[in-house]
Parts: sequence; C-alpha cells; structure tokens
Amino acid sequence: MANATLAAGDREAWSARLKDLGFWAEWAALVGLVVLVIVFQALNPTFLSAGNIASMLVAAAILIILAVGQTFVIATAGIDLSIASTMTLGAVAFGQAYAAGWGLPLSCLLGIVASALVGVANGVIIARGKITDFIVTLGTLSAASGLALILADGKPVTIIDPVLLGLSTGGLGIFGWSFVIAVVVALVAHVMLFHTRFGTHLLATGGAPESATAMGISTERIKIAVYTISGTLAGLGAILLVARIGAAEPAANTSFLLNSVAAVVLGGVSLFGGRGTIIGPFIGAMLLVALVNGLTLLGVSQFYQPLAVGIVVVLAALLTRFQR
Amino acid sequence: MTARPDPGTSTDGALLRCENVSLSFGNVRALVEVSLTLRRGEITALVGDNGAGKSTLVRCVSGIHRPQSGRIVFDGDEIDFHSPEDAREAGIETVHQTLALVEDLTVWQNLFLNREIVRRLGPVALLDRRAMQSRSKEMVSTLAVNVPAVRSRVRRLSGGQRQAVAICRAAGFSSKLVIMDEPTAALGVQETARVEELISRMREEGHSVLLISHNFIQVMRLSDQVWVMRAGRCVGGRRTAETSGEEIVALVTGAAGQ
Repeated sequence: MANATLAAGDREAWSARLKDLGFWAEWAALVGLVVLVIVFQALNPTFLSAGNIASMLVAAAILIILAVGQTFVIATAGIDLSIASTMTLGAVAFGQAYAAGWGLPLSCLLGIVASALVGVANGVIIARGKITDFIVTLGTLSAASGLALILADGKPVTIIDPVLLGLSTGGLGIFGWSFVIAVVVALVAHVMLFHTRFGTHLLATGGAPESATAMGISTERIKIAVYTISGTLAGLGAILLVARIGAAEPAANTSFLLNSVAAVVLGGVSLFGGRGTIIGPFIGAMLLVALVNGLTLLGVSQFYQPLAVGIVVVLAALLTRFQR
Repeated sequence: MTARPDPGTSTDGALLRCENVSLSFGNVRALVEVSLTLRRGEITALVGDNGAGKSTLVRCVSGIHRPQSGRIVFDGDEIDFHSPEDAREAGIETVHQTLALVEDLTVWQNLFLNREIVRRLGPVALLDRRAMQSRSKEMVSTLAVNVPAVRSRVRRLSGGQRQAVAICRAAGFSSKLVIMDEPTAALGVQETARVEELISRMREEGHSVLLISHNFIQVMRLSDQVWVMRAGRCVGGRRTAETSGEEIVALVTGAAGQ
C-alpha cells in the first residue's frame, strides 16, 4: 500500500516534471543531442558508424576544452570573448618555438604559457581595474590576434611531428587522444567546481558578489583565477588545434569563440553567473559538432551551417528563461 | 558545535565594553564619547532614530570602522580590528540587513561559506560535503524551528527562513557575540514572530546578542538591557525589566533627561 502510493507519487512527479519547462531548460543540450542523433541517423545511416562517431569526438575535443574554460568565466557572471584569439596566439607561439628548434615539450609549454598570460592580463584588468569584462576581453581579442599575426608575420608554419600526429590520429578505440584529453579536462573541472572551496567561492562570486565579499571571499582573486584558467585551457586547445591541422596559423578562429559561448548557453549555464555545470557545456559542445557533422553528411551546403547553429543557440537561450 | 559562553567567567559579566568611543567623518560627528556595556548571555538592544549612530557603533565593533578615540574591550581584551575578518576571528559575528547569503547555493553551502570543511587527499583538498551537511542539520535544528532541508537552495526560501539561515550561520562557529541589524525589518507578522523565537532561543543556548531595532515593542519583548542613542551619543541605558516603552521613546526623542 505504502509502496503503491509512493510509486504513484513518483509517476506524478515525473509527469509533472515533464510538463515543467524548467526541466527541459536544464536538460536542453541532452534532449537536443538525442533528437539530432535520431533525426540524422534516420536520414543517413552512416551517421552512427564507428568512423563517423570517432571523427565527431575528435572534432568536439577542442570545443569542449574551450567551453570548459568559458564555463568557469561565465559562472562568475563574466565572459571571455578573447578565448579563440588567445588560442590562436598560443598556436602561433607554439609554432614559432617549434620552428626555431625548441623541441616539442618546451614549445607546448610556451604555447600554454603565452595563452595563460593573456588570461592573467584579462583577469587582472577586469578585477583590479574594475572594467567590464565584455570590453576588456573584446580588447584582448583584437590584441591577441594582432600579436599572433605579428609573431607569425602573417604566415602559417607547417609542423610535422610524429608525437603530434599520434595525438591527432591515435587513441583508445574510437576515442581519439584529443577527446580523451578533453574528457580528463572536463572531469578535473567538474571536481574543481563542485568539490573544492575554490569552486564554491567561484559560484558565490558569480551569484552574489556582495555576499561573497561580506563572508571574506576575495572576488578579485577568483576573477583573476577564472580568466587564467580560461587562457590556460585556450593554450591546451592551441596544441590540439596545431596537431589536428598540422600547422600553426595566425587565423582568427572566430567560430570557436561563438561556439564556446553557444555550448555554455546550451549547457544551461546562467549568463548571470552563480550556477552552472560542466556536463552541460560538454554535451552542448557535442551537440554543436553533431549538428554541423550531420548537416555535412546530408549534403547541406556549408553556408547553412552557421544559420543552423545560430537558430539552435537562440532557441536554447529562450529555454533558459524557464530555468528554475 | 557552538561554544557556549559561560556567564560566570568575567567578574562583572561584561562581554563588550565601549569606553568613550568617538568617530567623525569629516565634519560629521557620528559617534561622540559613546560608553556602554554588554553582558554575557543577554540580549542587549540598541535603539535610536535614523542617523543616531547605531550602525556606526556596530560597524566599529564588527571591524568595518576604527574608532578615532576611546577603546573597545571585548572578552577581556582591548580590540583593534582592521577588517571584518579580524572581528570574526575574535568571535564577533554580524547578521547584516542584506543577510549576505548566496541564493544559488544551498543552505549548507551558505552556512559553511568560506569556512568549508575539507579532506586532504595528497596535494588537493576536497570538500567534505557529508560532514558539512550533517553539521548544518545540527546547527539548524538546535536553533531554528522552520528551516527547511539543508540541501535546498536559498532561492527557494522565504524571507524569514533566509533570516534564520543567516542567524544560524552567525550563531555557529563558536561565536561569542552575534550582532543583528534590524533582523525583522523586512518580514511579515508571522515570520517576525518566528525570528523573535529564534533570537530568544539563542539566549537560552547561552549566546550573547546585540540587537539593533526600530521596533520598541520588540525590544521590550526580547531584550534584557536597552541602550539608547541620539545624535551620536549614548543618552542612556536601562534594564528592560525596570523601564517602559514610553520611557525608551522619550529617551530616543530627547523628551526625557538622562
């Protein structure tokens, strides 16, 4: 009897939850991904072939890493518009060092450090200078890509390295190394956000900065930290990018910026800060990659892809209005 | 969890003593030679009109301002706080009017905000969520009547429940003195009654409370001692049992002498 009422209560709760828009808003990315997979698989059976899944996962790796960095920033109610050009700068720094014969480990380190420094600069200017994040990172967006052009003299550097080649082609079964790295980054980020003091203080800084300050949390330090994390992850993305295309280019990579913000929005992270997950943006990034991949498989012209991404993102943003 | 101050440790029972505390902001004399004492284990009320200097005095005690002259003795030691953290370290907790809660975090996360319990695993320190949750339940159950599950987000709580969370946070962590700035100003009748019950219970648990209030009826109902401020001066103190609401009002408005 008691069990029966309990089960009935559960069913009721579930049907109520399904009617609640907040539930859909929280899981928008997952629902969207499942729907896309079903639709694309129905239209083209090669969509879920092992080969295509493997290539989608590899294609998603860089975006996942950038989206994780962007999540940290957005959870503090900020935004990092410079994330993609920071990655470009990291790639160019890496390429120049490699071309100058620094060897792979040192060149990787330099690429990451260069990107991290852009993040530190963002954080210090935003936190200490008390300037709007939007303006500061818009400035560094331009500055970092300019710096990349100057460093590279506008020319790409081709990089052929067996280790980098292995990074982009090898892996564990269908999980390419770059995807494995992205998963590790996401796991570490999840632990940082929900199982350390730093993560709690980060969410407090984003959700209620005055309260955080009143409880003795240094919101300045948190801000500097999140932009540094974002920059560092952009540097990691830079190495994967170079490994993937086999060259360090001073190209703008604008779509990475838009998609990193899009993945975070799709993942149900509040743009007002204070709440967010890592799994959400992770799935959001997969959704965007699946969308572009599926459209390509169906032979839809490339020109339609940005349009489709834009529509999905705006729909997701509309849904977040119903978040609980 | 909560260190209960023993009312018998000090000879005169004074927990806090302000002696001739003065503070000016430019030409404005916010505090003029304010002297008052606050006894252990009691609810002491501080009343006065807007701009009488109540908040400024409290800010001196809680480390936000530093008095320009005079001294403040807390728990036997003269204090010289440079920041609210110093005051908190010494055992003075303040419940601000804004409550300083984070709506998107849960009750237990707010209770332990910036005082999280961690477990060390080599170089990393991970939050001990279970320990914090169970201790939160203890903190809340000893004091509050109507506080919901410690796992619910503060966003979902009513004004009175939020006040209760903020008060529980201040009362925990072995605080010796809890300062409350207008704790019921924004609450309805029922919620005010609940918060007043909570404040009374704190006294039963042995906490010392400094209550700032505009509500004379509330002051008469809750406090053991009343201090009245007017125009930056402390114009009088009465044992609540030996005074009346009319006398307090007269002191506040200046109609009565000292």
